[in-house]
Amino acid sequence: MALVQLAEVSKVYRSLQGSDYVAVRDFSLDIEAGEFFCLLGTSGCGKTTVLNMVAGFEPVSTGAIRINGHPIAGPAADRGVVFQGDDSLYGWLSALGNVEFGLRMRGVPRTEREEKAHHYLELVGLKGQDHKHPSELSGGMKQRIQIARVLANEPQMLLMDEPFAALDAHTRADMQRELKRICSATKKTVLFITHDIDEAIILADRIGVMHAGPASKLKGIVAVTLSEAERERTHDRFLEVYRQVHEMIRDEVAISLGRNRDEVANSRMRAH
Amino acid sequence: MNLRGVGTYILGFASLFLIWHVCSTWIIPSVLFPTPWKVILKGIELAEDGTLWEQASASLARIASGFVLGSAIGIPIGLAIGSFPIVRRLLEPYTEFLRFIPATALITVAVIWFGIGETSKVFLITYTTVFIVIINTAAGVSAVAPNKIRAARSLGAGPFQVFFFVGLPATVPYILTGMRLAMANSFVTIIAAELVAANNGLGKMIWDSRLYMLVDQIFVALVVLGFLGFFADRLFRWGIYAFAGRFSPVT
Repeated sequence: MALVQLAEVSKVYRSLQGSDYVAVRDFSLDIEAGEFFCLLGTSGCGKTTVLNMVAGFEPVSTGAIRINGHPIAGPAADRGVVFQGDDSLYGWLSALGNVEFGLRMRGVPRTEREEKAHHYLELVGLKGQDHKHPSELSGGMKQRIQIARVLANEPQMLLMDEPFAALDAHTRADMQRELKRICSATKKTVLFITHDIDEAIILADRIGVMHAGPASKLKGIVAVTLSEAERERTHDRFLEVYRQVHEMIRDEVAISLGRNRDEVANSRMRAH
Repeated sequence: MNLRGVGTYILGFASLFLIWHVCSTWIIPSVLFPTPWKVILKGIELAEDGTLWEQASASLARIASGFVLGSAIGIPIGLAIGSFPIVRRLLEPYTEFLRFIPATALITVAVIWFGIGETSKVFLITYTTVFIVIINTAAGVSAVAPNKIRAARSLGAGPFQVFFFVGLPATVPYILTGMRLAMANSFVTIIAAELVAANNGLGKMIWDSRLYMLVDQIFVALVVLGFLGFFADRLFRWGIYAFAGRFSPVT
């Protein structure tokens, strides 16, 4: 049985004017334990909505989400979330205080939780930065704290919502490598949201491409079977996967930019 | 602040007294506008016979007790308003209505109710403090980034833990800002109240001096007020910096 099962999940938002907005419709997906799954989609396609529902931040409108076969009831410590920005960090706590937060909430004794926090701070490359506060750290370091904070809590899975989107290109590439290394080492199940095809290919075991919103669902899934060495942007096999994913997503990009589905399909037909 | 910064600061203060000196000596030479030197001499005289300390401490004591009481009432109410929409809807008529009735407008009522003693003064300071603290605290709670709370919940924190370990510390800078603003308002209110009805205090000292045309004594009270306010505010800012500097929001 898959660790996470989304079965025909829909999410409807009601606007203040009373009209309904269907963000996600009949979305189905299974994520296996230990798998790194990237959900790839254009902006506004509902990928963050999917993550928020799996995290338990927002209830599903219809359908069901199960973890280990049990329906989820709100956020819980088995699903750690890494957010896009740094506003989820606690500015009044040190790096160490942030990382041990979950353990402290769950009543883990001080020595044990500090030991764990040190371990994970070191794992994300923040050794010796324990006593710095988030405001004293760079954007990349703050994302590392977020990752360490979630790992220290030892969840069953990580939910990551474009965690590197706000970073500069070099830091992002560095963080992607680090995350890949950490996830291989800890064998975590990951649901990773991104709009960046490169990032998805570098990180994922499988990539789920979403339709453009509204009423979005999965368009298809691409299995990425590249070796570590092949996950380089210039490698031939990398480019092969890139073309495959790009083929799936480019129409969705056009649609998300305001062109309608038939028009896009027609122009594609003429081109062939 | 470094030594040079302190130096510039003192220079700024000195220039204030210099301009005052120039104005009172050459531009408007009048017995009704004493020079800084005369005021300082008068101040020393009043300090030596104990009057100044007696009046200033009377005012300060009223401010302190009303301020502490007002903050103690305002913080929990502000937290509740910010946390629960139902409390907000229930209490907003009070805060939104009463905060536009200034404490100075209530002086006469306070004196009628509580007499000219301490109770009426403490009531007025409490009144003026409480709404500012409530509004800032509530605004602070609403300003807590939702992701801070979401993160806490997915790290395993329960609702009470979210409140005490996330909501409250994230709100501290707002609470302190509200208290600092309330402190400034307390100075306004206490002087107004003492001008109208009091047995002692700096406001009373100003009012009594007027009766005997002791203009330099009025100026002593004014300068002392300026310094007291200045140091109270500095103390507060220092407190914020020392104890809560790290509570400042991320980013």
